[in-house]
Amino acid sequence: MTKTGFVIANLFRKKTRTSLTMLSIITAFLLFGLLQSVNALFNAGADYLGTARLITQARVSFTQPLPLRMRQEIEGVPGVEAVTQSQWFGGVWQGKDQLIALAVDPMRFHQVYPEWDLAEAQWKQFADTRTAMVAGRKVADQYGWKVGQKVPISSNIFPMKNGSKDWTFDLVGIVDGRDQEWKDKATQVWINHAYFDEENQFGSGSGGIYLIKLKNPDDAQKVARIIDAKFENSPDETKTQTEKDWNLGFVKQIGDIGLIVRWILFAVFFTLLLVVGNTMAQSMRERVPEMAVLKTLGFSDGSVLGFVMAETVALCAFGGLAGLALATVAAIAIQHTGIPLPLRVDWHVWGLGVAAILLLSLAVGLLPALRAKRLKIVDALAGR
Amino acid sequence: MSALISIRDVVKTYTRGKQQVEVLHGINLDIPKGDFVALMGPSGSGKTTLLNLIGGLDQPTRGEISIDGKRIDSLTAGELTRWRAANVGFVFQFYNLMPVLTAQGNVELPLLLTRLNAAQRKRNAEVALQVVGLAERARHKPRELSGGQEQRVAIARAIVSDPALLVCDEPTGDLDRKTADEILTLLQTLNREHGKTIVMVTHDPLAAEYAKRTLHLDKGRLIEQSGHAA
Repeated sequence: MTKTGFVIANLFRKKTRTSLTMLSIITAFLLFGLLQSVNALFNAGADYLGTARLITQARVSFTQPLPLRMRQEIEGVPGVEAVTQSQWFGGVWQGKDQLIALAVDPMRFHQVYPEWDLAEAQWKQFADTRTAMVAGRKVADQYGWKVGQKVPISSNIFPMKNGSKDWTFDLVGIVDGRDQEWKDKATQVWINHAYFDEENQFGSGSGGIYLIKLKNPDDAQKVARIIDAKFENSPDETKTQTEKDWNLGFVKQIGDIGLIVRWILFAVFFTLLLVVGNTMAQSMRERVPEMAVLKTLGFSDGSVLGFVMAETVALCAFGGLAGLALATVAAIAIQHTGIPLPLRVDWHVWGLGVAAILLLSLAVGLLPALRAKRLKIVDALAGR
Repeated sequence: MSALISIRDVVKTYTRGKQQVEVLHGINLDIPKGDFVALMGPSGSGKTTLLNLIGGLDQPTRGEISIDGKRIDSLTAGELTRWRAANVGFVFQFYNLMPVLTAQGNVELPLLLTRLNAAQRKRNAEVALQVVGLAERARHKPRELSGGQEQRVAIARAIVSDPALLVCDEPTGDLDRKTADEILTLLQTLNREHGKTIVMVTHDPLAAEYAKRTLHLDKGRLIEQSGHAA
């Protein structure tokens, strides 16, 4: 028999109660792991995109399309290497699945985003075929699309000139990322802007927003200022920001993901605190005579405190680590389902999880442990 | 025979609400090494309080208590804890075993405070269980044992560290007559053959007869001592 064995034996003295408590800890940490990875995903989106690209949108809102004629003027700004327009198409697959479908200038888009991997011949085919479309690997796999097939996509924004909302495109290539991060992002569909511009009912000349590749990332601020100054006091005033800031702003349209995650986790952990805290307090109340016996036998106040804290840490650690492990598995499983949400429970999330386990242990264990430490043997044995 | 326990002018006062209650009024007592003393008296006479003071579970308000020449009334809480671990074995009325541990685990528990390794702890606990005649029940948990067997495990736990002094608070109070006699015989054996000094609180005159002498307390004062043929 060892001290560790004694702690473990005490932990499982009421198997049902311990199992249920542990289940609630596992669930809380599963949620913690997944929500933290969602938070990390949104933040990481900003981190790895860097500042090598700018995005120019209408000053009022990114939903207000900028005219196509502006592209040439932006191309002429010193420090700009390449520019493509990008128009949100509002694509829907088979009447139910919303696609991230964008109308771009194929060759310009290729220049602005060298991170997308596609054979040069296919880029050319994308540019030369009016009805062409390329799809990200993930979305193509999800719907079983094959190069060469016709893909009917309806648009909930842009009807065709004949009034139909159903567009048909020729899939000429499947785009993959050059590294894992970009592979995870291959969830979009791109169509040839020229075809879109000619065929949509609302008329031609709309560019949407502009994606700009810079010659030197250090010039981002300067180039953005020049572009915005160029269109100041015109009917199409612009707002130019780095791709990183633009993405963050886009996410903020949904809401402050970090804040939402923090509030959900606060609610989860507050409930957990009550559940586990109550369990530990109840468990200690039942064992007052046993604590007194330990002290009678010669275990110091500190040792008794240590036993209670060790038991609490063990309970929270078993549950917490199991929850984080489950979150890791669940994140991998989500990636395999084809849902375009590249969640990853990485070492950073695990680090936060371990810190949360320690904090939780301290919060729920300290009071019962101090109570056990202060216990007077004579009173406890007499049941006072 | 030299005194193992020496008690001089011991007073113990408790605070109950706003009141100070003096439970022991100037107790003087010597208990020699190897003695087996029964402490008797009506409820509230101070028997358990005196026993707690002798066992180092509590400290007197005034007076001196020496055990084997060491003044324990002036020890700090930490020193008293260490002293108890090395010098006293405790036996309670309701056994107070750890329900999650086997008999073997319960007996090994005090040895976690020593420097013995796991194998030595296991061996010592086995020996203690053999002494109380319960070696074959070593792997059973308290709920799988009878009251008498539980008390034997408690006695094994009390003697496993080989203390000179055993302090027993109503050790047979929860047992039937036959089992009580077996436990008292075991305590007598530990006293006679293993030289343990035993101080036992009891209400039961038949139990007291197993002791070498009986001390009577009433209202916090020692009023009488009597010897036994046993």
